Amino acid sequence: MLNYITLIFSCQLAGELIVQFFGLPLPGPVVGVVLLFAFLVLNRRFGKASQKLDASGIPVELAKVGDALLSNLSLLFVPAGVGIMVHFSLLKNDWLPLSAAILGSTLLTVAVTAGLMVLLSKPNKSEVLSSGKEKPDE
Amino acid sequence: MNDIQEIWVYLSASPLLHLTLTLIAFQAGNFIYRKSGLNPICNPVMLAVIAIVAILVATGTSYDSYIDGAQFVHFLLGPATVALAIPLYRQFDKVRKSALAIIVSLICGSLTAAGSAVSIAWLLGAGKLSIISIAPKSVTAPIAMGIVEQFGGLPSLTAVLVILTGVLGAMLGPFVLNLMGIKDWQARGFALGTASHGIGTARALQVNEVAGAFSGLAMGLNALATAILLPILWKLFF
Repeated sequence: MLNYITLIFSCQLAGELIVQFFGLPLPGPVVGVVLLFAFLVLNRRFGKASQKLDASGIPVELAKVGDALLSNLSLLFVPAGVGIMVHFSLLKNDWLPLSAAILGSTLLTVAVTAGLMVLLSKPNKSEVLSSGKEKPDE
Repeated sequence: MNDIQEIWVYLSASPLLHLTLTLIAFQAGNFIYRKSGLNPICNPVMLAVIAIVAILVATGTSYDSYIDGAQFVHFLLGPATVALAIPLYRQFDKVRKSALAIIVSLICGSLTAAGSAVSIAWLLGAGKLSIISIAPKSVTAPIAMGIVEQFGGLPSLTAVLVILTGVLGAMLGPFVLNLMGIKDWQARGFALGTASHGIGTARALQVNEVAGAFSGLAMGLNALATAILLPILWKLFF
């Protein structure tokens, strides 16, 4: 397990270095995603045959570490969110246009993006929200 | 026995207090969120932030001394982002099949996010600094702040607008999707990630793995698309 924690940190570190070195307009962790993805592809093709892989070909222990991090992803935004308390004075001047812009633009973006995704992709019956559910969420 | 004040001084100097406060507040928020049947209105990030800000203000604690403890949680955001490669790998066959839909929706979504935010703010008479700072509001915070800095906006205002956008998209996005009758998990996840970055992705992951993978993908791609498109638009208009 520790080796996979190290792997994830190393991907982030390498991502940060690549971003700095090439001056890319991306955060280091996003490049880290590409690196970890490349590891998964290469590991499945060239990795030891004796290693334990799950159904989709991901090392079991790595999947455990990753799922533990991602199942609590919301928590990780809390400290940055609390930072709002420092900046409320910045919002004071233009609070009405800014809140209207956030509200209108965010909902419009959701509608445009989802609408185009549905229009352009082939319908896939098995991957939809079940209509029998009392309250469609997400 | 030490008096309360001494204990308080001791505790507030150690990172343990605010680290624990963050965990407790989030778990309380999550408890309400789960009790509500994952109702997006009860977004756990929003509930935890409100509770913590209230406590910090009531006890006269500065954000700096709070973040001394909470930075340990904040730090994990990087490794968690890297771990998004795992759901993406699991769902990659689906991503490949929808490549065209993904590229077109991404570019249109990215332009809608920046264009409509800037237009609404401008129409309602926001100042120039505010208009610049809101342009990349749908992009994950470190990128959005970098973009705004380039144009002479206020990165700290952008950080606030980004967080508000994330929480609002995660809260109200699902209602828009339901209203439009969109049931496809790929489309739902992709839209949430494009409009409201990591906070939308956190929400999508909790509800469905396909939605989570597409949302994480959208978050990364939108960061890239906005970082490339906004400077081009900026040159065209100003």
